[in-house]
Amino acid sequence: MALEPSVAKSDSRASGSVLSLKPASSIEVPENTILTTINSVVNWCRKYSLWPMPFATACCGIELMAVGASRHDIARFGAEVMRFSPRQCDLMIVAGRVTMKMMPVLQRIWLQMPEPKWCISMGACASTGGVFDTYAVVQGVDRFIPIDVYIPGCPPRPEQILRALMDMQDKIQKGGAIQGTALPELMTNEARRVQIESSPSPALARERGDEDRYGYRIPGGPGQVGDRESH
Amino acid sequence: MNTTSATTTDEHQATLKTLAQTLGEGVFTQSRFRDNLRLHVPASRLIDLLRALRDQCGFKLLSEVGGTDYLGYPGRTGARFEVHYVLRNLETSEYLIIKTGVDDPDPTLPSVVPLWSGADWMEREVFDMYGIRFEGHPDLRRILMPPEFASFPLRKDYPLRGRGERHNFPRLLRGES
Repeated sequence: MALEPSVAKSDSRASGSVLSLKPASSIEVPENTILTTINSVVNWCRKYSLWPMPFATACCGIELMAVGASRHDIARFGAEVMRFSPRQCDLMIVAGRVTMKMMPVLQRIWLQMPEPKWCISMGACASTGGVFDTYAVVQGVDRFIPIDVYIPGCPPRPEQILRALMDMQDKIQKGGAIQGTALPELMTNEARRVQIESSPSPALARERGDEDRYGYRIPGGPGQVGDRESH
Repeated sequence: MNTTSATTTDEHQATLKTLAQTLGEGVFTQSRFRDNLRLHVPASRLIDLLRALRDQCGFKLLSEVGGTDYLGYPGRTGARFEVHYVLRNLETSEYLIIKTGVDDPDPTLPSVVPLWSGADWMEREVFDMYGIRFEGHPDLRRILMPPEFASFPLRKDYPLRGRGERHNFPRLLRGES
């Protein structure tokens, strides 16, 4: 809210030199008072007291530890309290690749975190699967849990993690309410994306009709299966 | 043939002689690669050969069981799958590779858990990756992949890219979590 400094004209203050802030709508505001909204204050409180949940499964976790150490010192941003219980955290940092066996664990931990909560996908593996394009590795955790900030890199530098934390703080300040989920405006986008993805896709081109459901052909042509013993 | 090869050949002489006396001729064929001696045996005589190696030739340690899928392999004419057993004689340090072929559909081999208890998890791994069943295994479950995984990922006809089992998870949305 725009505030205009002006000299108070109250008769009760005989000195006449007290500077007070007066809003444009000419409501009297006492000294040392700030007008704002409750949601803004709540977001301001939230963004400077993030409690990260380090979901570190690979080498990104080492960089995450470096961020918490003295040289980079994530405590400067009020997010130094790394807790290993999801019940005590509100910022999950997925650091490392997530395999098929780990994905149910990740989802369970995410559900165990109390609202409001946010999630950072740290590094190439957590964001896209990275070089691990295999049968066992999930190709991006954002397919299965909501992600707020992505960090590129393999692994990212600690400065990138601090940058992501600052972005996260900006995002928290801009959105969210004292009640309900942390970022309600994102739920609309998410619902729309799900609707697009679940709608039937356009038909495959005719020349791709012989591919299987994975869009894949066997290298080297069809297999040669004989009955002679191997040598 | 240089001296090293001659020494390597000599290393297996006693074993091959004992096998010929125990099982007779024509049970297996041989091939060599550097200092590896491989015995290729049909699945029907696999247990006989392995039992003779353990009991008569002193191969007390089964150090590895692994599989291979030769689907689409250039020049390959044998069975599609091959399972190899790496045996070690702990007293003479002799080591030997036994290979056996097994084919589609429903590749099945006899289990060697009765011979070496350590084969338990190794056979489970081969089953997990290739779908080769081992008859007589006490607990043939998947060991690496989650139980709901339906395919055998190291088979050559398993797709390298695209959607697959790795996408079969519920999606948690912001409103639900």
